[in-house]
Amino acid sequence: MNIIVCIKQVPDTTEVKINPETGTLIREGVPSIVNPFDTYAIEEGLRLKEKFGGKVTVISMGPPQANEALKEAVAMGADEAILLSDRAFAGSDTWATAYTLSQAIRKLGAFDLILCGKQAIDGDTGQVGPGIARQLDIPQLTYVFKIQKLDPETRSVSVERLLEEGREVVETHLPALLTVVKDINQPRYPTFLGIRRATKMQIPVWGAADLDNTDAEKLGLKGSPTQVVKVFSPPKREGKVEMIQGESPEETASMLADKLMAEKVI
Amino acid sequence: MPLLEINKDLCTGCGACVDACPFGALKLVDNVAVVDDQCTACGACLDVCPVEALSLPERPAAAAEGLAAYQGVWVWVEQFQGQACGISWEMLGQGRKLADQRKATLTACVLGHNAEHIAKEAIAYGADRVFWVDDPTLAVYRTQPYATTLVNLVRQYRPEIFLLGASSRGRDLAGSVATELYTGLTADCTGLDIDLEKGLLRQTRPAFGGNIMATIICPNYRPQMSTVRHRVFEMPVADMARQGQIIAVKPNLTEEQIATRVVDFITEQGQVNLADAKIIISGGRGVGGPEGFKPIQELAEALGGAVGSSRAAVDAGWIPYAHQVGQTGRTVRPDLYIACGISGAVQHLAGMGTAKVIVAINKDPEAPIFGVANYGIVGDLFQIVPALTEQFRKKLHK
Repeated sequence: MNIIVCIKQVPDTTEVKINPETGTLIREGVPSIVNPFDTYAIEEGLRLKEKFGGKVTVISMGPPQANEALKEAVAMGADEAILLSDRAFAGSDTWATAYTLSQAIRKLGAFDLILCGKQAIDGDTGQVGPGIARQLDIPQLTYVFKIQKLDPETRSVSVERLLEEGREVVETHLPALLTVVKDINQPRYPTFLGIRRATKMQIPVWGAADLDNTDAEKLGLKGSPTQVVKVFSPPKREGKVEMIQGESPEETASMLADKLMAEKVI
Repeated sequence: MPLLEINKDLCTGCGACVDACPFGALKLVDNVAVVDDQCTACGACLDVCPVEALSLPERPAAAAEGLAAYQGVWVWVEQFQGQACGISWEMLGQGRKLADQRKATLTACVLGHNAEHIAKEAIAYGADRVFWVDDPTLAVYRTQPYATTLVNLVRQYRPEIFLLGASSRGRDLAGSVATELYTGLTADCTGLDIDLEKGLLRQTRPAFGGNIMATIICPNYRPQMSTVRHRVFEMPVADMARQGQIIAVKPNLTEEQIATRVVDFITEQGQVNLADAKIIISGGRGVGGPEGFKPIQELAEALGGAVGSSRAAVDAGWIPYAHQVGQTGRTVRPDLYIACGISGAVQHLAGMGTAKVIVAINKDPEAPIFGVANYGIVGDLFQIVPALTEQFRKKLHK
């Protein structure tokens, strides 16, 4: 099994604070982490490799410091890592990101499976996985909750996808691209040996010139159809909390029930 | 290697850009602005610079005459087991407004099998025209046949704007369609309006776990595509007397050409569709165990609502992941959200902070959940929640 896992380094958005005076994000001191959904993708890749043999290659597009995210994946057990970093990639939206990653995957050669997290916690779009699948013209199975069966001999895979109404069981052929949700597994911690290997590893950096048959017009800001025109703080919830306190739980409940019925939300 | 260019000769070191940068990528060094790799080329700093010292590389200009050929607003009508999803009608309601502003028609794309009633409903909800693609290969949603059909329709009829629901299927489909068409796609929009001056669709969406909002345009590619969050736009009133055109379209793929098979659908007992729910009662660490969800379930039943949970309760194994609300679970927008024994971590607030009315029931008066709640009760949820169920049963069935 030749497995490719696409990962993204993201700021830990849960650590982000808002500057109350300017209403902007305070990013200083916010740690960078591997996108949490991608850690499930890495873990799933490692489990498949342990079961069927083969190798796991992690790739990421980002600034030079994104190699820390790749090293974390290597410390967990990934065999190889590639960093896509070039000024020509800067300003990419999801279209250009999917294009760049798929060009790198083409360069890596034959593969059986691509794994991605269902979305990144900074952009929250979930668009890059489907974008890569379409660029490479392979089936996509998104929001995978469980791999039911994978057979490298018959080159088939069946999965459960987590949808709003329940879980859908779908099968397809390899190679395919899967995006995974949180419940699929429990990611392992890096091992001591893994950390040592990751520390020593020189991760290759590929730029635009390293990607074969690539249209430079489709990279980075130039190749991105969308454009951010305004960034602002979300409107605050209006008003203050109204505390409700009756003499007994029954009275408190009755008071709240009346308020909610008056709000016409029930 | 940020893209932002700073003209050091013009920069006066006023620091306006430093404050405006949502990503903390700018700072002043020796009274001159410098930018680091955190820069996403969003352009938020360009407008605030009083001396125009900042610039981003020029983007290729639009081929204006090509863009003018794209007209009209389209909505993909999502269906599950022969029933249209509510989000599709919400989008037709908003799509109607956008189409009227652009003085254009509103088209619904209905794909499925033996569900022609949905095509008729789409007209009742505001569509002028429906592309109705009826085929056994389209009975159950699959990326490949759905995307191929929509891509071909777009290439033939050229809509200016194309909206899809930000549901699991909608996001799966939109990502594939926009990639094939090479056009812009903005995910999870909570605001859509037309820039009257330029005629462009302004797409507003939360990012960064809801910490910032961004307005995004797609000036040079068509159609302008968005996925739209559930329950952001109002459900229009259906007018069954409304007239419209239903155009039957042939599908593009045969079953043999399709790489995926849907073999089963598993629904848990008490499975809930959180995205569509008007009322959600959620339990967190404070419920103490799987049996602690019983009073919450009972209140949900009394109100016809759905049961949600915090990550803590899911991680503890008390309730399945499908119920999780928050950054790594579902984003919800109900009319009423009752948080029981949930402290209100930032990750949870990111998933429910836009509910219309939030009620917090918690033992700890200092719990952050009270900071976003409209109503708060400090107390034992095992006393308050059953009492609430009792009160609603009484008051609602009077």
